[in-house]
Amino acid sequence: MVLRSSTIAIMVLKVFFPSCCATAESGLLIGRWIPEQNSAVVLAVVHFPFIPGQVKQYLSEVQRVTQIDMCVLGSWSNSKQEKEEVLDKFLEDLSTIFSHEPWIQLSKEGDSKFWSCCIFQKCPSSPKEDEFILVYYDQRKVMLSQLHPTDSLTTFADHKGNDASKLGAVFDTVAKSKVLFMTDRYDDGPIKLTHWQSEGVEASIIVELMKQASVPVCMLLTFLLSLVSSVCKSRVLKFWPLSFIWSKLSTCEQLGHRLEHLQIISSNRKAQNQTQLMRKANIFVSLLIDMTLGILLMSWLYRENRIGQLADTLIPVADHIAKELQDLLQWLMGVPAGLKMNRALDQVLGRFFLYHIHLWISYIHLMSPFIEMILWYVGLSACLGLTVALSILSDIIALLTFHIYCFYVYGARLYCLKIYGLSSLWRLFRGKKWNVLRQRVDSCSYDLDQLFIGTLLFTILLFLLPTTALYYLVFTLLRLLVVFVQGLIHLLVDLIDSLPLYSVILRLCRSYRLAGWSYTTVLPWDLFGFLGAVECLNNHGSKKCPLPSVSGQKSVPHPIG
Amino acid sequence: MEEGMYRAVCGGRIALQRRQYSASCREFSVRCPRLQLRSLSAATCSVWLAAYGLFVLSQNSMVLSAAIFITLIGLIVYLHFVKIDQESLLVIGSLGIQMTSSYASGKENTTFIEMSQVKDVVINEAIYMQKVIYYLCILLQDPQEPHGVSEVVPLFQSSKPRLDCLVEVYRSCQEILEQRKTSDFTRTLN
Repeated sequence: MVLRSSTIAIMVLKVFFPSCCATAESGLLIGRWIPEQNSAVVLAVVHFPFIPGQVKQYLSEVQRVTQIDMCVLGSWSNSKQEKEEVLDKFLEDLSTIFSHEPWIQLSKEGDSKFWSCCIFQKCPSSPKEDEFILVYYDQRKVMLSQLHPTDSLTTFADHKGNDASKLGAVFDTVAKSKVLFMTDRYDDGPIKLTHWQSEGVEASIIVELMKQASVPVCMLLTFLLSLVSSVCKSRVLKFWPLSFIWSKLSTCEQLGHRLEHLQIISSNRKAQNQTQLMRKANIFVSLLIDMTLGILLMSWLYRENRIGQLADTLIPVADHIAKELQDLLQWLMGVPAGLKMNRALDQVLGRFFLYHIHLWISYIHLMSPFIEMILWYVGLSACLGLTVALSILSDIIALLTFHIYCFYVYGARLYCLKIYGLSSLWRLFRGKKWNVLRQRVDSCSYDLDQLFIGTLLFTILLFLLPTTALYYLVFTLLRLLVVFVQGLIHLLVDLIDSLPLYSVILRLCRSYRLAGWSYTTVLPWDLFGFLGAVECLNNHGSKKCPLPSVSGQKSVPHPIG
Repeated sequence: MEEGMYRAVCGGRIALQRRQYSASCREFSVRCPRLQLRSLSAATCSVWLAAYGLFVLSQNSMVLSAAIFITLIGLIVYLHFVKIDQESLLVIGSLGIQMTSSYASGKENTTFIEMSQVKDVVINEAIYMQKVIYYLCILLQDPQEPHGVSEVVPLFQSSKPRLDCLVEVYRSCQEILEQRKTSDFTRTLN
């Protein structure tokens, strides 16, 4: 049995041509030939006049630096007048000087939309007609996007055969040949190139100045930060009461956070990969926005004596809260919600908490002359950022409602003790005991007097349970309210801290820079425009084909997945 | 280039344009019916009549300006984000498949799928309310599992052509995909 291998195998030749070279003058096409995919990636056009030896030398230098096999792929002619026979001959002679298989000859006439191409192959692989596809790509966007395989995908890119993404290799080629784009046709060297940066390297003065200025600024910042962090880490601040206070205050936590962020930004090492770069950029933007909002807040606060107004309202508000709490306790001491409380316990607990409130009010009144000054100096710290100001606000709320926290703790402890006692005595009531060794409930025979006292205590605790439970419930709800308010503030702070604003803005304005690569992602088309498939005969001759309308040039990328 | 008139699932008339650039490169565009002046004026008139009625009740002229504003914004949003004029499918045998939708405001949305990720192009059935509708979709290959399908990408979602139109497109796509399979086969043999 003979295997028929001569089925219709159309060998398609793909050429990726940069759109910026479509208006370039005649010259040589240089780039990379990928034999596995039968495709040629054109990176630039070398203009006449040139010396072939110098071109070859330049290409070998570039190859050494970028590790890509650069070679001369063919010739490009863009003649303003009608085609000349002399030029044709000249172009054919070029193919003998720079031997490359296959030799691609592209030409465009004047202002017409007609392109023609020829492919010259010394040994044709199949006698059938070859197909030729020309893909127009926007070099700048391919360079700036992140569609070349990153480190995590190198294992994926190593797979030969159909698994490897063909277009990934193209992007990789363009991305790695950065050094080729450094010289252009206006330089005074022997080689004159046209590529996406031929119109001039993209830059802006402000960005360049900032880049120059950033180095000493970074060094200064690093020095200052090291001072600050060494002070923070010193032994003086680590004694027990102080370290406890630092851990409880959210301001210190936020300041520590920001210190870390500053350290990340001002480090000397360049970002290794895209994610680190984006993280640095996001932190920088977030810090900038933070400072701006903080300074705005400060300017608003210090105008028209708002600090004084704030301080004036603070004491009455604290008084009001205390009065409300007293009313609440009086209500609990009476007949709350129609429930009958145990009078004695009720009075004891109520008076205990009332005394605490009285202490608290006297404390606040003691502090009242200094409030305005404290607020004034604390308000200055808003210039460190809005997040710091919000953290301070959260801490102030925590301090002002400290008595609620205390009440909660008392109520919770009492309740906890009661429940613990009740459960233990309940077990006694049923004749069981908790075995600590085996961590389980075992039966146990008690003496009569143990049983008697245990049952008595159980009854007492049981009937006192509603009172304690009610106090516990009320104070837990109050505490939850305060925690809720503080939680909202912390949420806002976290939002400002961690919102990746830079990425969001980049996605909206320059979405091609964020086009990432994943082997399941559908590519954004914005980078490619399809010119048209042009059929080409094998050895000689060319075919002219009218182009369809160029599609994809004004589209918005829409990756699926 | 061939053009044919077909019907969509909802009953509107759509036009299918087929172009063959080469043996392995074809393009299909489906053009949806344009925005009718009748429905546009009906919507605008109803909104403005309702606003005028509210104005008569409340004597607040803000209602009228709000109605004008809403109509304008609504129209712009509709043209730019909702109304799709033309959907086209470009199949290049060795490169990939590209889907373009162009909106009434001129915006174009394109998606490109590489040929190595495409497993097959099939016509699926779906039960939608009381109807059974057919849609053309691309099956994407699961990289881990050679026989698995990782994703289904439906095509022509706004124009929703009927089965006769889909069968034309399906046949042409299958011809191109066959060529890919044979070229793969010969490559592995060599």
